[in-house]
Amino acid sequence: MTRYYFWLATRSLRRNPVLTALMVAAIALGIGAAMTALTVLRGMSSNPMAHREDRVYRPQVDNWSANQPYDEQGNPPNLMTYQDSMALHNARKARRQAAMFPNFLAVEPANPEVKPFLATVLFTHGDFFPMFDVPFLFGGGWDRQSDDNNARVVVISRAMNDRLFGGADSVGRRLRMQGEDYIVSGVLDAWQPQPRFYEISSGAFADVEDVFVPFGIGIEKELTSSANNNCFSDPGAGYQAWLASDCIWMAFWVELEGAADAARYKDFLDAYVQEQKARGRFPRPLNNRVNTVAEWLAQQRVVGRDAQTQTWLAFAFLIVCLINTVGLLLAKFMARAPEIGLRRAVGASRKQVFAQFLTESGVIGIAGAALGLLLTWLGLIGLRALYGDTATGRMAELDAGMTAIVVLAAIGASLLAGLFPTWRACQVTPALQLKSN
Amino acid sequence: MLRMNQLSKVFRTHMIETHALRELSMHVREGEFVAVTGPSGSGKTTFLNIAGLLETFTAGEYHLDGVDVRGLNDDARSRLRNEKIGFIFQGFNLIPDLNLFDNVDVPLRYRGFKAPERRRRIEEALAKVGLASRMKHYPSELSGGQQQRVAIARALAGEPRLLLADEPTGNLDSLMARGVMELLESINEQGTTIVMVTHDHELAARAQRNVHIIDGQVSDLDDGPRLAAPRPAAAAANPAAAVNA
Repeated sequence: MTRYYFWLATRSLRRNPVLTALMVAAIALGIGAAMTALTVLRGMSSNPMAHREDRVYRPQVDNWSANQPYDEQGNPPNLMTYQDSMALHNARKARRQAAMFPNFLAVEPANPEVKPFLATVLFTHGDFFPMFDVPFLFGGGWDRQSDDNNARVVVISRAMNDRLFGGADSVGRRLRMQGEDYIVSGVLDAWQPQPRFYEISSGAFADVEDVFVPFGIGIEKELTSSANNNCFSDPGAGYQAWLASDCIWMAFWVELEGAADAARYKDFLDAYVQEQKARGRFPRPLNNRVNTVAEWLAQQRVVGRDAQTQTWLAFAFLIVCLINTVGLLLAKFMARAPEIGLRRAVGASRKQVFAQFLTESGVIGIAGAALGLLLTWLGLIGLRALYGDTATGRMAELDAGMTAIVVLAAIGASLLAGLFPTWRACQVTPALQLKSN
Repeated sequence: MLRMNQLSKVFRTHMIETHALRELSMHVREGEFVAVTGPSGSGKTTFLNIAGLLETFTAGEYHLDGVDVRGLNDDARSRLRNEKIGFIFQGFNLIPDLNLFDNVDVPLRYRGFKAPERRRRIEEALAKVGLASRMKHYPSELSGGQQQRVAIARALAGEPRLLLADEPTGNLDSLMARGVMELLESINEQGTTIVMVTHDHELAARAQRNVHIIDGQVSDLDDGPRLAAPRPAAAAANPAAAVNA
């Protein structure tokens, strides 16, 4: 009977093309708007470390002022001081650990045809790469010894490798930055975690850095973060005073063995802070955290309220579209009361009438899904054109998962819209319809 | 075939109770052609709707081909309706956007026949009413008489034991009405029981038995078959020839 119902549905929809087009357009517009907004929200809300959710953690310690909390929600500072991140790193209480801060270095290409330019640089420890499961096109990261010796090694992004070395395997080749030569130890494969969870202070949806340099070299060059450097008191003069201050500017990540290990690491943080309290630091009550990536992104509100509001509004619009579709379907189905009466008289049960008319709603949903998909795609193109290189623009990509969601949502929405009209169709009294026609 | 005992039907609103049928008893034997007559509002249509399982009744008993229909759920009533009953309505009730083949196909779809069996039955039914050559036509392309013949073909395709006709000639001119009536007589001769509701005494006189309903009760019941009006011999042998005339 399903084939028969589909056949009847397509005939019925072809009979009244204007009404059909209106219903399909209503579903498609609602779905297009809702799915465009949802695609952006989903992209922003995604967790690029979901596959290592029980391994990768972001510790936080509250070294902030006795006079005021770091933020209104009572969260610990979102960055760490140099001295705390170094202490935690050197304690090596995690399987892997890496501190990091961003800045820029001027690249002086060997190729005279390529002009010098400023590259974005992340100063970090070698554990960064295995901890975050970073894919390499050529070579790899550096070892602990290179960290300890401030070895002049670098990992460069694939785009940087294309720009400087024409995409060739550049492992072992020299890269000159600000008067110093570095040896390329690895070239990243395509890697663009969205959000860029590990360093959100310079933009949660920014590109991955061009160059990765051993952490100590940044300190040796007396650099600070090019993103956020926050202090609650005067750090004093000079770089050494800066390093010894309670100013926060480091991101610090660890790899642990699982949730139980996270509890152990939290105990370690508490013990460390108690020890620091004894030395006159950390005046606030204990407020240390060991966050998963998801917890970290939620705490930092990486997804803006605007994106959430926009999604709610788009779904409200979808509801308006569905209500319109309910009205149109109701009019269409009720106009066919004589046919329903006849079908009931010749042996169709209520269930069969229900199935027939719900199938018709489903067919409208399939057509709505096709048009809705097109509108979503156009909507995302529009967003990319409007917002370009911003978070919204970057998230405006339709993947296979979202395509499936669009199709299922359109069919689901049309079935939902068809439920009431179909139920009403089933309530038609056949005797009344047959006599009056 | 159809046995009703003390059947009552009361339509209730929160203000009024209307007794459409009052302890109506009727027995239609297999193969009979019964005409049900009565003035407007007498309960004829309610009787026909209950007989056709399109409405339930308030009290009494109704056995259709030996099946007690009290307490049957919607699925069971629908199945019984589909297997045992064919309907012919005054307004034909064809589905306008289906061609003749697909209109006749409607009850067969709910019976669950395979495509070849449906095709055979549809072709036979349309041939029986003289419209085999117009299977791909739509109802709007036919005259009123032809549309009623399609409706008869639709009723016949399921090979029902009982044909219920509600003013089957009410929308037709006298020539077409005669053709349709001859077709019904021919179908009855082949063994199908027919119960026809009509206002038309001439038509009623052609049935084997008349039942008169007034105020929801049978007021005059012939208890034995009688001869119908004389019919043309050709029509009896080939009903299509008669209606095509």
